[in-house]
Amino acid sequence: MILAPIGFLAEDPETGDPTLVDFGHDPWWLVLIKVLGVFVFLVVMTLFTIWYERRVVARMQVRPGPNRHGPFGLLQSLADGLKLAFKEDIMPLKADKVVFFIAPVISTVCAFTAFSIMPFGPFVSIFGTKTPLQLTDISVAVLLVLACSGMGIYGIVLGGWASGSTYPLLGGLRSSAQLISYEVAMGLSFVAVFMLSGTMSTSEIVNAQATGHTLQLPFGNINIPIGGWFFLLLFPSFIIYAISAVGETNRAPFDLPEAESELVGGFHTEYSSLKFALFFLAEYINMVTVSGLCATLFLGGWRMPTSFESFAPWINSGWWGLLWFTIKVLLLLFVFVWLRGTLPRLRYDQFMRFGWKVLIPANLVWILAVAGWLTLRKSNLGTVDRLIFFGLPLAVIILLALFWPQKDKEPELSVEQQVAKRPEGSFPLPPLDLQVPVNPRAKRLTAERETVGTATEKEV
Amino acid sequence: MTLATTVLAAAGEVTTGEKWVFFLLAPVAVIGALGMVIARNAVHSALWLVLTMLSLGVFYIVQAGPFIGMVQIIVYTGAIMMLFLFVLMLVGRDASDSVIETLRGQKVVAIILGVGLAGLLGTGLYRALQGVAPAGLEGANANGNVQGIASLLFTKYVYIFEVTSALLITAAVGAMILAHRERAEGERVGQAAKMRERFLPGNYPGPKPGPGVFANSTSVATPAKLPDGSPAERSLSPILPTRELTPAEIANKHTEGK
Repeated sequence: MILAPIGFLAEDPETGDPTLVDFGHDPWWLVLIKVLGVFVFLVVMTLFTIWYERRVVARMQVRPGPNRHGPFGLLQSLADGLKLAFKEDIMPLKADKVVFFIAPVISTVCAFTAFSIMPFGPFVSIFGTKTPLQLTDISVAVLLVLACSGMGIYGIVLGGWASGSTYPLLGGLRSSAQLISYEVAMGLSFVAVFMLSGTMSTSEIVNAQATGHTLQLPFGNINIPIGGWFFLLLFPSFIIYAISAVGETNRAPFDLPEAESELVGGFHTEYSSLKFALFFLAEYINMVTVSGLCATLFLGGWRMPTSFESFAPWINSGWWGLLWFTIKVLLLLFVFVWLRGTLPRLRYDQFMRFGWKVLIPANLVWILAVAGWLTLRKSNLGTVDRLIFFGLPLAVIILLALFWPQKDKEPELSVEQQVAKRPEGSFPLPPLDLQVPVNPRAKRLTAERETVGTATEKEV
Repeated sequence: MTLATTVLAAAGEVTTGEKWVFFLLAPVAVIGALGMVIARNAVHSALWLVLTMLSLGVFYIVQAGPFIGMVQIIVYTGAIMMLFLFVLMLVGRDASDSVIETLRGQKVVAIILGVGLAGLLGTGLYRALQGVAPAGLEGANANGNVQGIASLLFTKYVYIFEVTSALLITAAVGAMILAHRERAEGERVGQAAKMRERFLPGNYPGPKPGPGVFANSTSVATPAKLPDGSPAERSLSPILPTRELTPAEIANKHTEGK
């Protein structure tokens, strides 16, 4: 495990993959190509993700989804995008014209910028120049993503304010509170990753996950081999990141800034045509960015597990990294869609309480535990001392949990008892032994199943 | 870019890139500052300030302080200015400044005090920095910028750091206490209690029928009809004056045999 601060070494000594110093040497045309590549990747991913989301949600709801334009309906989102661009651009009478125009631009620019530090792969050769498959990397690369998402909030808030109308304003205010709160949880979930990898640069975080670790318990000589990917080592951080990423991208079940049932459309109620398209684009790019960052920080980045190299030595070299990265991003995007298809929207106060009272404290405790663990590993303490340092806090926590005063729980009543307790004249209940009708789709099953006997009807 | 600037800045040189960034962003920062003072609308004023803060963040990064630059953008621009905007928007969008002076001679005094404060701060800073031997960027960033800041923050300045955080927490707790309202027992009705109340006997849990449903008129003054044909009083708003209904309105809608 790399714990010491990484000095400025060209190429990672263990893997031979790019590190921080390998950036900034590209000729200008190569930089242009990379910028264009990132731009095209994001736009194509956006078009693809919209189609992907609609198809996946459709499958989950047992309907076909868009399937008319192009193979499997792949060109549907392109057609929708073009149509959106040619629609009438409406400027509300009470809008603050300049800010109304700037807001979607801020959102989109920040969304694109955040992706510039995403590592797509190891060294590749582009027109004879050996270069890392990543636009750029800086020593605080992950913070750049945070900064961009922080600036992206301005787009939403200003869009809501500049519309000069009530629902967008409420949506904008909600979203600023939501995004700032969940940005704190998100930033804290990075801390454990920084502590383990000893760096904030994305390429070096990927390198730090290349080699597997052995989990050395603080006592005895027990070594548990564990993969290098941080989602195994830092599972709580991973979970908290995944939850706050959903909050940070305004996606269901945390899509309160644009809750249709309460706020019409939230901050973008008054937007139309290209300006709306920019907001739309920014939202989907943000989804791709948080998925890419999740893959980079927790899922080994563009790498396949190093153990796969024994039967496929080419697996982690050259352009293959781009494929693995894209697959990981698509899988994570699937989770976003899955959540949307499964969970109802949270109530606003529950949502904020969850962020501030659950995610952030849990994260702080976890960071403390990781820091303690790392310090213990570095120290030259004997087994007894380690047992004391490790066991005492654990024992205190367990004792506290056992003997914490609790309210006496009321005995849980059975359904019959609850029904009997209802006051006279209550709302009529359906019969408790009601049989759920068989799904008409399951025709064959129905044929084999016995029909309900007439005896039950007589009893009624 | 950062690394190259680190090395060159340590050698006391200014690269072309750095010059370009400076000459592009310095006017932007100044314009932002001026705009913040001049703008009449409070939200516009805040936006100009955001522009200045962003430029400052980029300056820090160019001057080989990437961490402080990013923190400037995340914390000041991203969070603190956002809270400012939050308050300004709640105040209302027409909260433009009034140009009438409420205190006489306020402008002159403000200018004099401002210049005085700037002079005080400038000379103080100048005197404090006299005879300080600069360690140089190379020394400061030897183990990397972030690691250098971290080691100073958690060793030499840990006490000051903790005291500052205690101060901030005190301020936050104070603000919470000022804004907190103690609620009496049972004053706050939770969602579960509301739901139980809704289904208590005597209370109809479903939505009320709209006026005119199943009647021959859709006027707001015509009550809806219940399944047995009697008028549903709850479908009318209590503020409406009662009205005598014509026999045509009372009659059932002809729905059979069609």
